[in-house]
Amino acid sequence: MQGDRRTVPPDDAAPAGHLADNIAYFARALRTAGLPVGPGAVVDAIAAVEAAHIGTRADFYWTLHAIFVTKHAQSVIFDQAFRLFWRRRALVEKLIAALSPIAPGEQTSKDKPKPGAERVATAFPTGTREPPPPKRALELSAQFTMSDRERLASRDFAQMSAAEIAEAKQLIARLVLPQDKVTTRRWRADPRGRRIDARASFRRALATGGHFVDLAWRQRAERHPPVVALVDISGSMADYSRLFLHFLHALAERRPVASFVFGTRLTNVTRALARRDPDEALASASLLAKDWEGGTRVAASLAQFNRQWSRRVLGQGAIVLLFTDGLEREVTPELGAAMDRLHRSCRRLVWLNPLLRYDGFQARAGGIRAMLPHVDEFRTMHNLNAMTALVAALSVKGEDADPRRWLLPAA
Amino acid sequence: MTSLPSSIDETLALLGSAGYVADRPLATVLFLALRMGRPLFLEGEAGVGKTEIAKVLAGALGRRLIRLQCYEGLDVASAVYEWNYAAQMMAIRLGEAAGETDRDRLEADVFSERYLLKRPLLQALEPDTAGPPVLLIDELDRTDEAFEAFLLEVLSDFQVTVPEFGTIRADSPPIVLITSNRTREIHDALKRRCLYHWVDYPDAERELAIVKARLPNAPAELTREIVAFVQAIRKQDLFKAPGVAETLDWASALVELDAVALDPAVVSDTLGVLLKYQDDIQTMQGSAVKAMLDAVQAELKAA
Repeated sequence: MQGDRRTVPPDDAAPAGHLADNIAYFARALRTAGLPVGPGAVVDAIAAVEAAHIGTRADFYWTLHAIFVTKHAQSVIFDQAFRLFWRRRALVEKLIAALSPIAPGEQTSKDKPKPGAERVATAFPTGTREPPPPKRALELSAQFTMSDRERLASRDFAQMSAAEIAEAKQLIARLVLPQDKVTTRRWRADPRGRRIDARASFRRALATGGHFVDLAWRQRAERHPPVVALVDISGSMADYSRLFLHFLHALAERRPVASFVFGTRLTNVTRALARRDPDEALASASLLAKDWEGGTRVAASLAQFNRQWSRRVLGQGAIVLLFTDGLEREVTPELGAAMDRLHRSCRRLVWLNPLLRYDGFQARAGGIRAMLPHVDEFRTMHNLNAMTALVAALSVKGEDADPRRWLLPAA
Repeated sequence: MTSLPSSIDETLALLGSAGYVADRPLATVLFLALRMGRPLFLEGEAGVGKTEIAKVLAGALGRRLIRLQCYEGLDVASAVYEWNYAAQMMAIRLGEAAGETDRDRLEADVFSERYLLKRPLLQALEPDTAGPPVLLIDELDRTDEAFEAFLLEVLSDFQVTVPEFGTIRADSPPIVLITSNRTREIHDALKRRCLYHWVDYPDAERELAIVKARLPNAPAELTREIVAFVQAIRKQDLFKAPGVAETLDWASALVELDAVALDPAVVSDTLGVLLKYQDDIQTMQGSAVKAMLDAVQAELKAA
C-alpha cells in the first residue's frame, strides 16, 4: 500500500467536487461495513484531504485512516474497503455506479476472501438496488422471521451456504455466554457479604471518632473459570471447526480462553484468536496452523498437549472442550492414556463430537470407545442449537450428556 | 557486607563460593540484573533450582532474604501491609479515656507507622544495615492476575502507596528475584519490567558438579552413574522429568542405602524418589530400567 506511488485519483483532471463525492460514497460504504462514520467525519475527511495536499496513494490512505478509524480493530475493515473502493479508476467508477441508486453494480467474489473482506463486500451493494416492488418487499420481510432464524439454528454447519455461514457467525457473536462462575480465594467489598471487612469497618468508624462502628462486609470474589479448547482441524472436521473457532472467539470476550488446534500436530492459536475482529483472528490462526484439512493424529496431539501445555494452561480450574470426531486411524493404548492424563489434569472435560448429530450414532469406532471413558460429558456440535446447548451446559453441570450412556448399549 | 560482583566471572565465582554451580547464561543475566537494578524473572520446571538462586545470592552477599510465597487470593493485606486494628481500637479507647477529642491528632496517631504491620513487599523497601535485601517473590504463577497489578508499582519504582500514610519509597532498591513454574502465563506488562531467564535442566557436566558440591561424601563412581542415569531418563517421554532437586534427593537416598553402584533392583526400589507420577514409574519399571542402566554403564565404561 505504502509503496504504491500513484496519485489518487489517477485522473488528474478529476474535479475536486468529484473527490468529495467519492469520499462521501466511501464513508457510506464504511458505515455499512460497520464503522461508526457520521456525516461530521465526512466533512472532516474532505477538509483533511484538502489540507494535506495529498501527493501519493499512501498519504491519501493514511489521511482517511486518521479520520475514519477510531479503534485498532477497525483498521482491517478500513483497509479492505479502501482497497476495494480506490483500487483502480475503472473500479472506482464501477463502485460509484454501484453506489448510485440507478444501476446495480457487479460484484466479484473470490474463493478465499481476506479477513473482513466479506463484510466489506456485502456492505457495498447495500442500498444500491432499486427499491423492490411492494410484492417482493413482502417476500423479503418474510425471510427474516423467527422461523428463518430457527431453520438456520438447526441447520448443519457442513450444509450451510456461504451466506448462511456469514449469518451464523453473526448469531454466534451475539450468543448469550455461559454464566458459570467459581469462587476465588480473593475478597471483594460486598454490602450483603458474610464476613466483616475489618479494614473498611475501621476506616468508617473513624468518621465518627470511633463512637459508632458501622460494619463493612466482604464476600469471596467470583470469576469465570478459564476454558481450554482443543480443536481438531483435520479434513473431516474442517466445516465444523471454523465455526467452532468463531464460538471460541466469542467466548474469549468474558473469560480467558486458551485455544489449540491439531491435525497431525498441535498448534497454540490463543494469541491469534485474541484479535478483536473475528475474521482477522481466524485468518491469523489459519496462518499459524500448517495442517488444516489434513489427516489427524489425536493421540500424539493430546500427548503433546499434556507434556507441553497442560501444566501451563490447566492450572486455574480450567474446563477443557475437546472438539474432535475421535476417528483415529490407529488406536493404540496411548490414546486412552493421553485422555486419562488430560481428564485428571482438568476440572471438567467436555467432548464435542459432530458425529453425534446422526440419530443412529453408536460408539463403535475404536478411537471413540477408547476416549469415551475419560470424558465428563459427550455432546454434539454441528449447528447453532448445539452451540446454545453447550452454553447452557457450561452454565450448569450437564447431566444429560453422560458419556457412559454411549458405552452401555454397544457393550 | 560483600559488594556486588563487577563482572560475569565474578558472579559465577560468587555463586560457586556459596555452593551453587551456575552456567554462564544464568551468571550473565544475574550480573545484568544486579548491575541494572532490574528484577530478575526466573522461569523453569519445578526443581531446577530457581528458589535456590535467591537463597544462595542472599547468603553470598550477606544480605537479608525476604521471601514472599505466592498463593491464590494473596492480597495487599498479606503481601504489602496491614493495619493493626486491635491496637488501633485500643489506642482510640485510651485516647477517649484520657479525654482526647481532637480528631486530626487522633487520626494521625492511629495511622502512624507504629500500627502498620509490614508484610514482605514493604519490608523489602526498608533500609537495612547489611545493604538492600534480596526479595524473593516465589511461584508468582500461583496467584491470580489481580495480584500482579500490585507488583507493577513495586517493581518499576520500588515504592508502595499506603493511602492513609503516604508513599513509602526505598532509598536503595532491593534485589528482586521472581520465580514461576509456568502453570500460567505471567502478563507481559510484568515481564517487561524484568530480565527474563529460563532455568533449564543442567547438562551432565554441570549436574555432576552440583551433586559433588552438595554431596561431597558420595562415592565418585556412584555419583557419575546417578548423573548419567538421570540425564538418560530426562530424554525419555515422561510426563514430568526429574529436576536437580530430585537428583540430589536420589543421590542422598542411595548414599543412605550404602549403595556403591547402581543395579536394577536398587533403582527400581528407589524410583519413587526420582519420578513422582505413577504413569511415569510404570513406564520405567522393570525391563526398561535394566536396559537403560546397561546402556548408561556401557557408555560410562567407554568414556
